Amino acid sequence: MDAFRDLTRLRSILTEFAPQGRTALLPALHAAQHLYGWLPEAIATEVGQALGVPLADVYGVIDFYTMFQRRPAGRTIIRVCEAPVCAFAGCDAVFDAVCRHLEIGPGRLNADGVFTVERAPCLGLCDRPPAVLVNEAAFGHVNPAQAASLCVGSPMRLTSFVGGDIRRLTANCGRGLPALLSDYEASGGYKGLKRALQMKPEDVIGEVKASGLVGYGGAAFPTGVKWEGAARAPGGPKYVVCNADESEPGTFKDRLLLEEDPHRIIEGMVIAAYAIDASKGYIYVRGEYPYAFRVMQEAVGAARQADYLGKNLLGSGFEFDIEVRLGAGAYVCGEETALFESIEGKRGFPRVKPPFPTTQGLFGSPTVINNVETLCNVPLILQQGAADYRKIGTEKSPGSKLFCVSGRVQRPGLYEVPFGVTLRHLLFDLAGGLKEGCVLQAVLLGGAAGAFATEKDLDVPMSFEGFRAAGLPLGSGAVMVFDDTADMLDVLRRLAAFFAHESCGKCYPCQLGTQRQYEILERVAARRSLPGDADRLADVGWTMTDASLCGLGQTAALAVLSAMKLWPEIFEEKDKRPDRHV
Amino acid sequence: MSDVSLTIDGRDVTVPAGTTLLSAAQKVGARIPTICYHEHCTPNGLCRICVVEVEGTRALVPACVAQASERIKVHTRNARVERRRRTILEMLSSGVDLSEAPELLELMSEYHADPTRFPESERREQPVLDDNPMYIRDYSKCILCWRCVQVCADDAQFTYALNFSGRGFATNISTFFEKPMPETTCVFCGQCLGVCPTGALKPKREWLLERGLAPNEIMRETISTKRKPKR
Repeated sequence: MDAFRDLTRLRSILTEFAPQGRTALLPALHAAQHLYGWLPEAIATEVGQALGVPLADVYGVIDFYTMFQRRPAGRTIIRVCEAPVCAFAGCDAVFDAVCRHLEIGPGRLNADGVFTVERAPCLGLCDRPPAVLVNEAAFGHVNPAQAASLCVGSPMRLTSFVGGDIRRLTANCGRGLPALLSDYEASGGYKGLKRALQMKPEDVIGEVKASGLVGYGGAAFPTGVKWEGAARAPGGPKYVVCNADESEPGTFKDRLLLEEDPHRIIEGMVIAAYAIDASKGYIYVRGEYPYAFRVMQEAVGAARQADYLGKNLLGSGFEFDIEVRLGAGAYVCGEETALFESIEGKRGFPRVKPPFPTTQGLFGSPTVINNVETLCNVPLILQQGAADYRKIGTEKSPGSKLFCVSGRVQRPGLYEVPFGVTLRHLLFDLAGGLKEGCVLQAVLLGGAAGAFATEKDLDVPMSFEGFRAAGLPLGSGAVMVFDDTADMLDVLRRLAAFFAHESCGKCYPCQLGTQRQYEILERVAARRSLPGDADRLADVGWTMTDASLCGLGQTAALAVLSAMKLWPEIFEEKDKRPDRHV
Repeated sequence: MSDVSLTIDGRDVTVPAGTTLLSAAQKVGARIPTICYHEHCTPNGLCRICVVEVEGTRALVPACVAQASERIKVHTRNARVERRRRTILEMLSSGVDLSEAPELLELMSEYHADPTRFPESERREQPVLDDNPMYIRDYSKCILCWRCVQVCADDAQFTYALNFSGRGFATNISTFFEKPMPETTCVFCGQCLGVCPTGALKPKREWLLERGLAPNEIMRETISTKRKPKR
């Protein structure tokens, strides 16, 4: 404990956070962990006392977020992704190789106290599996033989492939570098904001409504209607929050937008703020994206310098500033009200809705919260006007959409397409079709909280109306391709493990259901199911879908239920003897 | 406040705006079960046993927090609702010791919930925490209704000795770094015991009595676990 006797540096940092109170809890814990490597009792006590947070609550927060370390952790933390696509590409072998190289078990410190190895939920690097995060550095296509070089951190950073039929949202993406303010301005950046500032706020909202833009976080709620609700809501100060907690397995579009075109997000937020008269904004970046967090922080600083943020921005008389926040390992914080709780310095427990964020959001004030991709559309709409914006896409789904293609295709990557193209076009014309010799088995659409499509769905137009008619979710834009060598029960078992790990534990259907779902699927995947397991699985699934408090629980069984509909035979009772694997 | 009219189980009822579906249902004599709900605690709508079907909504709605609105049609106990409630009870009883939760046992039988429905389930079993002379904490019986945390904090006592550890199924009620109660801000007010519905929190003397200790032994036991001095 010697290291913790010296609390001077911590105390000087805490003096800066103290005036903010509880909302600074996550940033203060991050800062403390950066200093000491982990968060022992003495440190947690200091933080709680400085910010005026009850100690039991400080502990509750530390123990909720997986990236806060309660035990001594290495200076270098190696996180091996265990999401389905990485699993299929051999993440387990990589994990074992790293553990063997360092001679440690999961979550343990190595002999000289430098390294810790952990498994991580999806790292958002699904286009180059298996993926590993070494502190801030992301590594892709890692093979077990590279364990040693991973540990010395030799750079293996690969650029994601960005393609598609159209490059509006991704105009500046694919170079592996962040677009600087000057790059962004040269490509027409901040023109949308300048036009918006000439308009009345209600006309800005009118333009967004006319564009037909809907939320791309999964719920597809009309963005203009959301803004209007917050603009009209009494009370304040109002907030604009960018949900950059992208954590849906198989999804990496927001990561690329954050890392490579940060100013597009900032411009979208300033326009939203002007429309609803908000003076403060937050960008909440998931803890597993430390590089994106840094890029965003730098971009916000540059935007402030250039007068796009701050008091009287661009001489408009309007004031707005942005704080970038870093999550700490909790998928549920992508749920908007859980994200608010997290910014407020609490455990990420989703709130009961209503009230909705537009009337009672962050700090109980009217709040607009939009996904990264949604906000990236806003500058375009204001720059081109709604009519021009709508020239792309379909009547009911105007604009373009980003899809994250991963798995057994020739060219995994981020693809931008107009709404309405088919899955076949995306997978075969753009992503180059399946890998040599592979036969398509299924496509998981929308991530862990998604559903399976098969060969027969390849010609469904990818639009809100097209997918709805086919009973498929558009969700987060994740498109994970599995060939016929994939064991779908193992895929489902991993998805179930993910949800059991990420359930916040607040409502009974999800807290208990994700655990029971995982237990049953573990049996079924190991071919030792019990009589009645298919019934149990369906009952648990429908109870979570129907009765859970938030979107996590309500979608935690979607993939399982869709698999049960597509392939009922694989859930049927198998020979129970463990030696009779099929 | 104006009134709203709605239909509950086919019966029309008019209630003041802002009335929860739970209270509105009581007016027509429909009994909706609750677990986490307590009239002196802020409702969290987390046990979901009170979910009802409101025609036209995709998911079921928690009656303890959802407010009555004009012309909605509510079904407090149709087949769908009944099945979800039964599954919640079966999942709960497969993980938690409900032997001292009479209201829950009654619900189990009312909903024909089978306590053995989920075999080979991980249970929330853990040793009894006997760290102070006043009460014991037996979290194998804890259903995470949150009431103790609430009354310890803003709903009553403003003591903030309790919060949570872990998450998901591994969530537990916990003190700061799982410290023994005497080392926390606990003032031994007993509010938490008063709202615990399952016997997870119990007066120490009652617990010793149940374990068959004689009065003189109980006296010795409760004196011997003295408060540890604060650091």
